[in-house]
Amino acid sequence: MARRVLPGFGLSLGYTLAYLGLIVFLPLAALAVKASDIGFAGFWATLTSPHVLAALRLSFGAALLSAVVNAAVGLLVAWVLVRYTFPGRRLFDALVDLPFALPTAVAGIALTTLYAPKGWIGAWLAPLGIKVAFTPLGVLVAMIFVGFPFVVRTVQPVLESLDRDIEEAATTLGATRVQTFARVLFPLLLPALLTGFALALARAVGEYGSVIFIAGNIPMKSEILPLVIVKQLEQYKYGDAAAVGVVMLALSFLLLLAISLLQRWSRRWAER
Amino acid sequence: MLVSLRRTLAGSLLWLGAAGAHAADISLLNVSYDPTRELYKDINSAFAAQWKAGRGDTVTVNVSHGGSGKQARSVIDGLEADVVTLALAYDIDAIAEKGLIAGDWQTRLPHNATPYTSTIVFLVRKGNPKGIKDWNDLIKPGVEVITPNPKTSGGARWNYLAAWGYALKQPGGSDATAKDFVAALFKNVPVLDTGARGSTTTFVQRGIGDVLLAWENEALLARQELGKDEFEIIAPSLSILAEPPVALVDKVADKHGTRAVAEAYLKFLYTPAAQDLAGKHYYRPYDEAAAKKYAAVFPKVTTFTIDDVFGGWKKAQATHFADGAVFDQLGVGK
Repeated sequence: MARRVLPGFGLSLGYTLAYLGLIVFLPLAALAVKASDIGFAGFWATLTSPHVLAALRLSFGAALLSAVVNAAVGLLVAWVLVRYTFPGRRLFDALVDLPFALPTAVAGIALTTLYAPKGWIGAWLAPLGIKVAFTPLGVLVAMIFVGFPFVVRTVQPVLESLDRDIEEAATTLGATRVQTFARVLFPLLLPALLTGFALALARAVGEYGSVIFIAGNIPMKSEILPLVIVKQLEQYKYGDAAAVGVVMLALSFLLLLAISLLQRWSRRWAER
Repeated sequence: MLVSLRRTLAGSLLWLGAAGAHAADISLLNVSYDPTRELYKDINSAFAAQWKAGRGDTVTVNVSHGGSGKQARSVIDGLEADVVTLALAYDIDAIAEKGLIAGDWQTRLPHNATPYTSTIVFLVRKGNPKGIKDWNDLIKPGVEVITPNPKTSGGARWNYLAAWGYALKQPGGSDATAKDFVAALFKNVPVLDTGARGSTTTFVQRGIGDVLLAWENEALLARQELGKDEFEIIAPSLSILAEPPVALVDKVADKHGTRAVAEAYLKFLYTPAAQDLAGKHYYRPYDEAAAKKYAAVFPKVTTFTIDDVFGGWKKAQATHFADGAVFDQLGVGK
């Protein structure tokens, strides 16, 4: 074996593997074992029940949509915070992290109070025929809220490290502003943007506390997957609950894997 | 080395013996559901005082509160409850199925092991603007009904069964008409919160809905705390007798050596003193003196029991609330 430049590879790798095994892999394995209680037929029957399928569509659909919104708005916010100086910038910068710090139940109750038909915002939307709280739209709003900081915080440092020289070079070479952004800046930001997107997506899929207050939880309409798991547990059907959990995990893993592949591809594209 | 170990052991045994001769400090864990917080606070101090006077031991009863199903799962997963006092027999049956409680638990204490009862009533806004008087007013178009999801809330299952039993007992009532009635009722539900307290918040704080289906004790408490001039309680012509049962967790009590005191605690719930406290906290007492004292508090409601109409909890759960069972067939949300 070739001598490595840095010492301590074996020790640190061993530590990493043991830690990951204990903190991440063990609970997941326990989940899979629990799910295997009900056998393949039971597993399949649980997953293809209309309630589970409807919740699956809502959870992943709303989470993807919320991640797209957060990617777009997050990029804009990161841009404003990095590129412009204005009074109160530091304050805004600190505000971005608040959705991280707030207990999710508090966020859910606050959002529901705002968007309920008699709430501050809901009362304005009601005459227009727009219902937010207790509809799938409410689920989306809560997911956007909890996932917001991720994109800002992943894109911001990359944007800060970009040299102005590149843009100036592009301009002197005759690129329009749009071209400079689309062909020079965006490719450099894309990997970070995708990381933020993936984190926001993962958070939104797993979110329970805030969504549960605003969703209304109407079967087939505004029930999220984590609620379906709670419903199974209320019937003491641990195996079925674990089965839904395993599927959520598998789907999330596939999505995150796809995003990481996309990221690798985008990095190569940026280097070209 | 060996000698010193032996000496230490002897010393600690001596100390234990000395402690045993004095009055003991006993602690019990009562795992209960949400709205019993105020009730058990009073009952626990009354029980501790009585036990201290009789036996000289100090008993501290700790109570854990939460959704009934969640509490039962905690006990199954190893929360060491000496006694459980939950919202429905189904949750205690689930613990019994795991072998922690003897299978005949419901016959070990009087009245189906239920020291106090309640029923399902309606809470409406001041002046009852929608003119709600009975269950059949709840399925009228334009009436919004607030109730938690029966799949996630044990309390809400009582609401559902009360509505079903009412429809069933109407002239010409059958399972088919009851199913249509309950389906129509749930069509009028805009929000299905996961628990009873969530529904109360939706109705009271957010001003959503015209009528809240609630346990009588919750409705009376809400009215007491939130102002008598904001809400009115409507008693339907017919409702279900809600029986929140209690049980000794045999395995845990034997392990803790607390069986005697835990059994005494549960029996205490049936004494006039505890029955009076139940009435004070808006639960319907069995004890005649207490029932008479608080008669004015409780509206007159004719009730039926889950055993009579549904053949007990196990059957009701399988028929109505299991996956793919009647509640799932109602087409709620469509």
